[in-house]
Amino acid sequence: MLYSEKVLDHFSNPRNVGEIEDADAVGEVGNAKCGDIMKMYLKIDGDTITDVKFKTFGCGAAIATSSIATEMIKGKKISEALKLSNKAVIEALDGLPPAKIHCSVLAEQAVKAALSDYYRKQGIDPTPIVGEIGDCEACHG
Amino acid sequence: MSRYIYADNAATTPVSEPVLEAMLPFLKEEYGNPSSIYQKGRAALAAIEHARVQTANALGCEPGEIYFTGCGSEADNWALKAAVLALAKKGKTHLITTVFEHHAILHTAQKLERLGCQVTYLPVSPEGLVDPADVAAAIRPETALVSVMYANNEIGTIQPIAEIGAICRERGIWFHTDAVQAVGNVEIDVKAQNIDMLSLSAHKFHGPKGVGALYLRRGIAIPNLLDGGGQERGHRAGTENVASIVGLGRAIELACDPAAIARKREHLTPLRDRIIAAALELPHTRLNGDPVKRLPGTINLSFEGVEGESLLLMLDLNGIAASSGSACTSGSLDPSHVLLALGLTHDVAHGSLRLSLAEDITEEEADYIIETIPTVVARLRAMSPLWEKIVKAEQ
Repeated sequence: MLYSEKVLDHFSNPRNVGEIEDADAVGEVGNAKCGDIMKMYLKIDGDTITDVKFKTFGCGAAIATSSIATEMIKGKKISEALKLSNKAVIEALDGLPPAKIHCSVLAEQAVKAALSDYYRKQGIDPTPIVGEIGDCEACHG
Repeated sequence: MSRYIYADNAATTPVSEPVLEAMLPFLKEEYGNPSSIYQKGRAALAAIEHARVQTANALGCEPGEIYFTGCGSEADNWALKAAVLALAKKGKTHLITTVFEHHAILHTAQKLERLGCQVTYLPVSPEGLVDPADVAAAIRPETALVSVMYANNEIGTIQPIAEIGAICRERGIWFHTDAVQAVGNVEIDVKAQNIDMLSLSAHKFHGPKGVGALYLRRGIAIPNLLDGGGQERGHRAGTENVASIVGLGRAIELACDPAAIARKREHLTPLRDRIIAAALELPHTRLNGDPVKRLPGTINLSFEGVEGESLLLMLDLNGIAASSGSACTSGSLDPSHVLLALGLTHDVAHGSLRLSLAEDITEEEADYIIETIPTVVARLRAMSPLWEKIVKAEQ
């Protein structure tokens, strides 16, 4: 199994690691049994994501996909962040091994879970906007 | 990179200089086919027979009881499938093995099950040991074979092989052991230990990859692995891999010299235990497998809140090559069946690390491993939401 240079770079120097104490939204996906948990913290001003931090328990790909996903949504409009797809995450990392595709799905879901939390805190039902956040296909446990 | 410590010797070892030297003539001028009657053929045949003597001496058996194979997995497959084929006509279609065998045994046993055999998978203790009493209790009139690994490949625990051998011999049941991890680490005497079949693999003890052997006690008649020519006394047809067999012979001679085994044990045991003790100073860290009944160079640790593959990658970036029982390194979602068999939960099993030390590791290299592990674990735990939960639960 070969990781691209980009994956190794984001794994060894992950961007935006940590927590935001007064975060406007927090999303967590995955579970310990499967070996991946991603937690994403957002700071939102108006319709703009002004800051992002993450914490991830998982393999090298899980850490790299979390890291690049934070870079891809930081400073962006919520509407743009909602469009972040796992395919875009894979492309930005110059590819992922087939067994690691689920890590990119998890990264997309972590962003969506955090934005859902944001809407819920505003008293808005997030489902029509964000959609259902299903279980990662790979996780049946 | 200034420093690189290879601590994955349970995965494979480099071919040693004397082994390479022994092999080279058979890749160059001595290219004869061992089945040919002229000088070049005879030289190749003599070399294979010399390797057979070297292998037999290492195990305490007769040269005629050694059959060279393509690898350890091949020897395992052959032993199980052939034992069942040989004994099925007597109504013996029951196998006894353990839950924590190498996949070469487990997947073969599962295939035999699908073909109609009954298989008992014995449990192991939380320390990773098989209880001989469990073997005795599982034997039935229709039991064909007992197969218990000599030393576990992931956690390194050494099984009570002589006791299991005595039970099987007394009950008239064939006993096979997968000794792939044991050869060169412990003294093996197949006669004294009542072993009927034993699998080994050259690349685990500084021989080349792609060659192994099955010891088959004289008097045990099992079907051929490959039908064809008369190679390996008709049991495994196909022109022999002469250079590799020669390499296996030289490697096993060097590795199983009692003085070499003692030297390795005396050098590695204190270093192994020092690394273990240092790692266990970290909170929420456990040693997997019995602390004493283990291979001199094999260490298996679990660090809660950390995932094994990221641990390996970060150790690699710091110049240490190791292995893990993490699901992420195997392409499956479940973590190691060995660690689950010990009773570890999935999340703890995901964070495991196997270090298997080379016999020439220095004190200074062991110190580097001891310094590096806490740094790497701390870095990964600092970014782990699971670790955050563990810490909060404690407060």
